[in-house]
Amino acid sequence: MGPIYILWLRELKRYVRSRAQIAASLGQPLLYLLALGFGLGPIFQKSGHGSYLQFIAPGVIAMTVLFTSIFSGIALLWDRQFGFLKETLVAPVPRITIMIGRTLGGATVAMIQGVLVIIVCLIAGFRPVNLAAVPLAFGFMLLIAVVFGALGTAIGSVLQDMQGFQLIMNFLVLPIFFLSGALFPLTNLPKALGIVTSIDPLSYGVDGLRGALAGISHFGPAIDLSVLCILAAIFLGIGSFLFSRIQL
Amino acid sequence: MIRVHDLVKTFGEFRAVDNISFQVEKGEIFAFLGPNGAGKTTTIKMLTTLLKPTSGRVELDGLNPAVKQNEARQRFGIVFQDPSLDSELTGYENMDLHGVLYHVPRKIRIERIERLLKLFELWERRNDRIKQFSGGMKRRLEIARGLLHTPKILFLDEPTLGLDPQSRNQLWTHVKNLNESEQVTVFLTTHYMDEADRVADRIAVIDHGRIVAQGSPAELKEQTSSDSLEQAFLTLTGSSIRDESAGSADQLRQFAKMWKR
Repeated sequence: MGPIYILWLRELKRYVRSRAQIAASLGQPLLYLLALGFGLGPIFQKSGHGSYLQFIAPGVIAMTVLFTSIFSGIALLWDRQFGFLKETLVAPVPRITIMIGRTLGGATVAMIQGVLVIIVCLIAGFRPVNLAAVPLAFGFMLLIAVVFGALGTAIGSVLQDMQGFQLIMNFLVLPIFFLSGALFPLTNLPKALGIVTSIDPLSYGVDGLRGALAGISHFGPAIDLSVLCILAAIFLGIGSFLFSRIQL
Repeated sequence: MIRVHDLVKTFGEFRAVDNISFQVEKGEIFAFLGPNGAGKTTTIKMLTTLLKPTSGRVELDGLNPAVKQNEARQRFGIVFQDPSLDSELTGYENMDLHGVLYHVPRKIRIERIERLLKLFELWERRNDRIKQFSGGMKRRLEIARGLLHTPKILFLDEPTLGLDPQSRNQLWTHVKNLNESEQVTVFLTTHYMDEADRVADRIAVIDHGRIVAQGSPAELKEQTSSDSLEQAFLTLTGSSIRDESAGSADQLRQFAKMWKR
């Protein structure tokens, strides 16, 4: 337990100490929320879907959790570059323990970041439809954090240097976000886009969050939950396998 | 304390470590010398469970590090060639994290951290973040950290790289004292021959992945009939400069390696 706790604590300390980064990381969600939320709001309203702000807020929260957790996984690369990874890899602790500590730490940070964005959403005028469902929303946030934290760890274990990072960002992280239904409803999509969105893991996270917070659900919470749980198990498995194979 | 038998590591066609064997006795200071790219760091990585040997046997305090990984890890401390501290954490936090990872009980941890930080003259700066530390301070902290879990073996991979003469001198004085007072076996690599001459009981010279000579500093000088260890080293390994920088083909290969594993 000690090693897991101390590595979890390390992630938290690093997060709390980078205040500029915390502020910076709120900028993007804020932009989506205000520019898109208010900018596209009137059109959305006219087409009969209701308030776009209500619709997009869960998507923006999911986006924040996605970015934070996947980057905390990929931060493995930074630790590799700056050497700290070696310190943990020669410690007399099973690799899986180290991976669990890191992933939990990353997930916690992603949750905190998500909560900050929820507060921003509330200030912007977003209102959860059902307060009783808010704990469920936290459950979905945690699942998103674990799924993508583990994916980030898997990627960070395989990448050897920083050059690959931009590629991952443009060809994996951004598509996961844009094709998840965070910004648009999943109903009546062109067939191809419909298929792509249904293989995107984040679609289920966004859908679950939106169901819990805004009362709009495409797949239904049962499907969202099961898909995310299965993916969490798979990604944790892949992540710890790849992490255990790291050689320096 | 350390036994290595017919150790081999190949990367593709390239034999980085080619059939080396040596032994280090308990309480000895053993220097592993060689030009750039000779296989020093690769050997240390295999001894410290970071890299799997292609073939051959390694024993640390009677344990095979490939099989009893965690037991073996508990027995050594290591200072890597490049820094391995978390620069966002303070000196004390880095020590504490290490202590927890190595299962040092809380009470002993607190005592030993204080003793080691004082010994290495870092106690006053314990609450500063590592990014505010100088190169010499970081090195000292890394050695202090490596000793926190009372290892039987201390690996030092070019610990004095980039340090000024004062810091180097102080560092080796500490290492020698620890070796005498706590009977820690020390396995070190360095490019400064005068340092090896001063601190090492025994030396092995490695070149192109093979050990070309072994013995005490005096023996090596005698073998090559030279006055200084530096002279002996040059006689043993030749004076041509080793090109370690990567060509464009190497860089491409590295880039490809990123994607396939």
